[in-house]
Amino acid sequence: MTEVLALLILLTVIAAIITVLTSNLLYAVISVGAVGFLLAIVYLFLAAPDVAIVQIGVEVVSLVILIRATLGREVQQLKTVHAVVGVSFAVAFVAVIGLFGIQVFNQFPEFGIPVMERFADAPALVYLQSGLATTGAPNLVTAVLLDFRAWDTLGEATVLFCAALGTAVVLRRNARIGRKKSEDK
Amino acid sequence: MNTPRKLPDEGLDMGVTVKTVTRWLKGPILLFGIYLVLYGHITPGGGFGGGVVIASAFILITLASGERASLQLFSKGVASRLDSIGLLMFLVLGWLGTGWAGSYFFSNFINTPEAAQFTLLSGGIMPIMNIALGIKVASAIFLVFTLLTAFHIVEQELEDRLCAEAHQQESNS
Amino acid sequence: MIFSLCLLLILIGLYGVVVSRQTLKIVISLLIMNHGVHLLLLLIGYREAGNPPIVDPAISIAEFAASSVDPLPQALVLTAIVIGLGVLALMVAFCVRLYERYGTFDVTEIRRLRG
Repeated sequence: MTEVLALLILLTVIAAIITVLTSNLLYAVISVGAVGFLLAIVYLFLAAPDVAIVQIGVEVVSLVILIRATLGREVQQLKTVHAVVGVSFAVAFVAVIGLFGIQVFNQFPEFGIPVMERFADAPALVYLQSGLATTGAPNLVTAVLLDFRAWDTLGEATVLFCAALGTAVVLRRNARIGRKKSEDK
Repeated sequence: MNTPRKLPDEGLDMGVTVKTVTRWLKGPILLFGIYLVLYGHITPGGGFGGGVVIASAFILITLASGERASLQLFSKGVASRLDSIGLLMFLVLGWLGTGWAGSYFFSNFINTPEAAQFTLLSGGIMPIMNIALGIKVASAIFLVFTLLTAFHIVEQELEDRLCAEAHQQESNS
Repeated sequence: MIFSLCLLLILIGLYGVVVSRQTLKIVISLLIMNHGVHLLLLLIGYREAGNPPIVDPAISIAEFAASSVDPLPQALVLTAIVIGLGVLALMVAFCVRLYERYGTFDVTEIRRLRG
């Protein structure tokens, strides 16, 4: 089981490496789609069907958005500057952060034992034991989302609203003409 | 300043296959999305997943048969209004719970009897909240997508208009 | 070991953000970092051979609580994924705007053309 999981995540990592290293934008978009769909399968293996459904839907939509943004535009990175100094500086930067990350990841609990097992009064354990009785919903993810932690969901809905609003403002129709006119005056 | 570029056409060269399959599939995809929203508190799914699936049905219509076809079903004004309505519904549902003593913002004020568990009408206000979230997420994502795809046409229109304006100014001076 | 694969995913995204010169490529690298964080959160809540956190009427609640995975990270990741889509759309909108203004996705070109 863990081996299958590790293999799938390894495939994801390979797709991510291809995404970062390719110089063609369209290839990068397609391989980031591979990352997303592989992760949807990983989520199914992690016993998270809710997250897998959302991941597949979101991945489809974000792929369509990214492909529409690259289609008909200059996708090839013409000047692939592989300056030795720049790349080595980037590698050093990432390596330093990775060293700190390894220090943190060494402190993590063993894989396969959820964090709620290590504390007697963990909130997740309470949700599992009394979720059905107090909320009446068998799907405990929904119960957490809409009852125990509805404030979080309210914040999420607000962020999504603001993102849609921001997109509408950035892509509004008469922005360029207005700027042009003010320059003329 | 800008390099000339080819505009992607609005799904006009999509083959018969794509259009036929879209005609068959758009109903089932919508139905699946509505199912996910309504049964979100019993089976996997919920407002977020269902909303994204509903939005993807309209996105499929946009891609296969052009923007005009999907905007007739779900126009931008309707989408932006539904976006606000979903968020307001969610807020009002939370606020309704504060009415009496011992309750708090987002308290579940409809109790579920033991016998009604595992049926559609259970979970108190959760199905209504799921519907509000579904409406909100679907319309927000569809609105964002429409804005991003419509931008190509807007770009072309703007360039034409700016060229015409520049011509006029040149001829005036 | 699986946690370190997750860290690798985040670091690859970070490398892409640092190295890339095209705005859209930076957005895609941020998407990979996003995926890595989601995966990490879900892995923390996983129980070996656990069941999905959906109550099964066939077994008792205590038995269910001892065999289910953690529902809390799943709920948080669920919201994070949808927020990620909204933020991605906003970032792509900025990229498209910049392309329309300067005719390129390249950051250094955009800096040169500014003004």
